[in-house]
Amino acid sequence: MTSGTTTGLPAGVVARDVPAAPRRRAKRRKDRAGYLFLLPWFIGMLFTVIPFFASLYLAFTDYNLLNAPQWIGLGNFREMLDDPLLRQSLKVTFIYTFVSVPLSLVVALGVAMMLNQGIKGLPVYRAVFYLPSLLGGSVAIVLLWKYIFGFDGIVNGFLGWFGIDGPGWTTDPDYALTTLIILHIWTFGSPMVIFLAGLRQIPTMYYEAAAVDGASRWRQFRSITLPLLSPIIFFNLIQSLISSFQTFTQGFIMSGGTGGPADSTIFYNLYLYQQGFSQFHMGYASAMAWVLLVIIAAFTALNFLAAKYWVFYDN
Amino acid sequence: MLCVLGAVMMYPLLWMVSSSLKPSRDVFTDLSLWPSNWDLGNYPDGWTALEHPFTVYFVNSLVIVVLSIIGNLVSCSLAAYGFARLNFTGRKLFFALMLGTMMLPGHVLLVPQYIVFAKLDWINTYYPLLVPNFLATNAFYIFLMVQFMRSLPSELDDAARMDGCGPFRTFWSVIMPLCMPAFATTAIFTFISVWNEFFGPLIYLTDSELYTVPLALRQFIDSEGQSQWGQMFAMSFLSLAPVIGFFIAGQKYLVKGIATTGLK
Repeated sequence: MTSGTTTGLPAGVVARDVPAAPRRRAKRRKDRAGYLFLLPWFIGMLFTVIPFFASLYLAFTDYNLLNAPQWIGLGNFREMLDDPLLRQSLKVTFIYTFVSVPLSLVVALGVAMMLNQGIKGLPVYRAVFYLPSLLGGSVAIVLLWKYIFGFDGIVNGFLGWFGIDGPGWTTDPDYALTTLIILHIWTFGSPMVIFLAGLRQIPTMYYEAAAVDGASRWRQFRSITLPLLSPIIFFNLIQSLISSFQTFTQGFIMSGGTGGPADSTIFYNLYLYQQGFSQFHMGYASAMAWVLLVIIAAFTALNFLAAKYWVFYDN
Repeated sequence: MLCVLGAVMMYPLLWMVSSSLKPSRDVFTDLSLWPSNWDLGNYPDGWTALEHPFTVYFVNSLVIVVLSIIGNLVSCSLAAYGFARLNFTGRKLFFALMLGTMMLPGHVLLVPQYIVFAKLDWINTYYPLLVPNFLATNAFYIFLMVQFMRSLPSELDDAARMDGCGPFRTFWSVIMPLCMPAFATTAIFTFISVWNEFFGPLIYLTDSELYTVPLALRQFIDSEGQSQWGQMFAMSFLSLAPVIGFFIAGQKYLVKGIATTGLK
């Protein structure tokens, strides 16, 4: 056996194939540089990977932060089946997601198409529509929403001009979630900016050719815009679904942390927070987190499968 | 049509500004945007309405935001350079892992991370909010920088190597100066998301002296009995003002950043 030191390699390295050694040495040096650059990321990954598996373990335990976790098998999941508040939180989250995501994407696409017609003052309009999406998740805006829609708020004052007796938007369980869905639609700006960038990449000659062939505006939209934009629609859909399933601040601020009125804004993550950080049911909260992860993964996978049939890739 | 829509979009914000200038009793009775009675006192009164003056909360938020920006820029640019310009064993695998964490919902890690931070005695400190940013845990920003660095010609690295630069020198003197647009985008996005962040501070900070601006604002609804709406809207507006300012100053970078990550 050849000792590494005789070939000029650092101790401990065995060079069986001497001619390849310089090349290997270069490779090792490259590896070392790469890993050094990634060092913070590697440490950060430990903060991701270990908690990931730890939370899977905790999902099968009873844990209150003070005593050691106690293995209870499927106990948490069984409890979830009988938990009416959990069912309610899933319902709230699903309604919110499946109403507000499609609506805001349709609005985003519609406005992006209007902006793409070479109108004057495009940067101003883009700024006006984009700004709300940067503010939408902040406490200040949710507070504002609470009072704009509140019983004596400005919305009912406005409806009053038309003789409509507005509901108690934030106090009536039938309307509280609607208020938050409207807030979500108000933040359509970030998908809109992405749509707008995508629309600008579609060559105008496609539309010119279609117009020569006598295709209507609707036909042009269906046969040119939609297919060429479909990868971007897909991206926006996935992003919006994932973030919408995790809504928290809106429900928390609107209800002062309770999920009220009558549990109508008890978003899944708000209930998870209550379980984990008000009642310190850490095991149950972990189990809830994994159920939501599976739900999100399932919807994402479903979208990727369905994408084969409607997303069109040019290359 | 666009004009009307734009007005509808801006109306809530304008209403907030206008309400912050009205006496509280007028907020819900005077529907016009132009206050009929002015009350500039909402700003100084709101500033000191809570347990601590807002100076405390703004300084806290600012400290967290500035350190987060530094952390994200340093750690994410290092990782991005590694992924984009260096060749090493396992690069593809790690890159895929990184993209995977981008899709991973944060709440799954929440409980164990909280336990670890509690064991480290980091509750009621800024460490849980800051340290992850120094460890490149924001895959989105790495991805944004990787996209940008890949668009730079590879001849740059070759030329630097000919001149005797190692990878660190190349990164520092050649690539970094060219990446300023991507760094600006990262800095602005970090500013806006950290400034608005509510959940992290909510679970990690319980001592009101450490509160960030969003946590402080929330106290206005806890003490709703007084119904100092004018003051609440005044402070709400001030809390949004830095974001609006950064947005106006950095709009170019934001729009570009969001568009490139969405398109590729």
